[in-house]
Amino acid sequence: MGNPMKIRASAKDGVTEIKVLMSHEMETGQRKDASGTVIPAWFINEVTAKLDGKTVMQAQWGPSISKNPYLAFKVKGGKAGDKVSVTWVDSKGDTRTDEATVT
Amino acid sequence: MDRVSVGIAAFLAVSAAVATAAYAQQKDAAQEGIEAYREALQDGNPAELFELSGEELWKTPAGPKKDSLEKCDLGLGPGVVKGAYAQLPRYFADTDRVQDLESRLLTCMETLQGKDPKPYVEASFTAPPKEEMIALAAYVSGQSKDDPITVKPKHPKEQAMYDLGKRMFYYQGGPYDFACATCHGQEGTRIRLQDLPYIPGQKGAAAGWGSWPAYRVSSGQMWSMQWRLNDCFRQQRFPEPVYTSDATIALSMYMAANASGETMKTPGIKR
Repeated sequence: MGNPMKIRASAKDGVTEIKVLMSHEMETGQRKDASGTVIPAWFINEVTAKLDGKTVMQAQWGPSISKNPYLAFKVKGGKAGDKVSVTWVDSKGDTRTDEATVT
Repeated sequence: MDRVSVGIAAFLAVSAAVATAAYAQQKDAAQEGIEAYREALQDGNPAELFELSGEELWKTPAGPKKDSLEKCDLGLGPGVVKGAYAQLPRYFADTDRVQDLESRLLTCMETLQGKDPKPYVEASFTAPPKEEMIALAAYVSGQSKDDPITVKPKHPKEQAMYDLGKRMFYYQGGPYDFACATCHGQEGTRIRLQDLPYIPGQKGAAAGWGSWPAYRVSSGQMWSMQWRLNDCFRQQRFPEPVYTSDATIALSMYMAANASGETMKTPGIKR
């Protein structure tokens, strides 16, 4: 299920800026723990953003994205009151969706 | 001096001036680059995620007494969180001690929730009990963001803490013959990309005191002030202080009082 994301979205002059802060370990699979065992890879590999139900951004991520990733992007259209939803799926098949309202 | 050597001397003087100016310019450009990077980091500070979990810990009943921390007195009265961090450390009559945020949280966890503070004190900074403390510190400090730092030692015990903190700041020792003042006792210096705040001054003290707890991007860890201070001791190769001991509170008092009047920018974000 993962921890909640923080999503902020604001519309100005026909452009909506969406900022998402995700809570995730983003383990690369390259690190070892104190006993020398490799820590298995575990990272978000799919991100989808929707504005009022319509997919506006899709991303495929890998292990080079930082822990607790921050994603900001702008899309044409959108107005105050629209619903933004962001979904991630990670390499263990876990997924999480959070929503916010455009201001 | 003949004409040739005067010419050479003049040339050397000019080239030295040019080199100094070029160095200054280069330094400014580097400084600007660092500041632009810091600016970019401000947006979307993952410390917000820790504030969220800290708020949940604050409001959720726990411990043998099955109570939350919502009635905790952080100095502004039971349950007042807004602005409390900007006025810590301070003297608390009920414990007859000067306390910083983390030692005060331990007091509340003991009195309100009936928890034993020992495991919290002894756990390493990456172990779950400390994660709780750090999340709580992130939440409480976030409730003082943009508030003026107001720490003016008045009570004799506060003044004694300040004096002890000042002595510790300048105390030089250990295998490296180091003091806090070795790094933080002169203005305008830095180690690699890190500006070294001048702690005896108001601005420098605020740059240090007012920006912790902070999220450290390079390690992906949230650090409380207690963790930061512990690392200062480690870097000086001093024995590491006990969590929330008077030594750490004294240094906190010294920094907070010096920073008084500046603005709290918590929780911060670091490289």
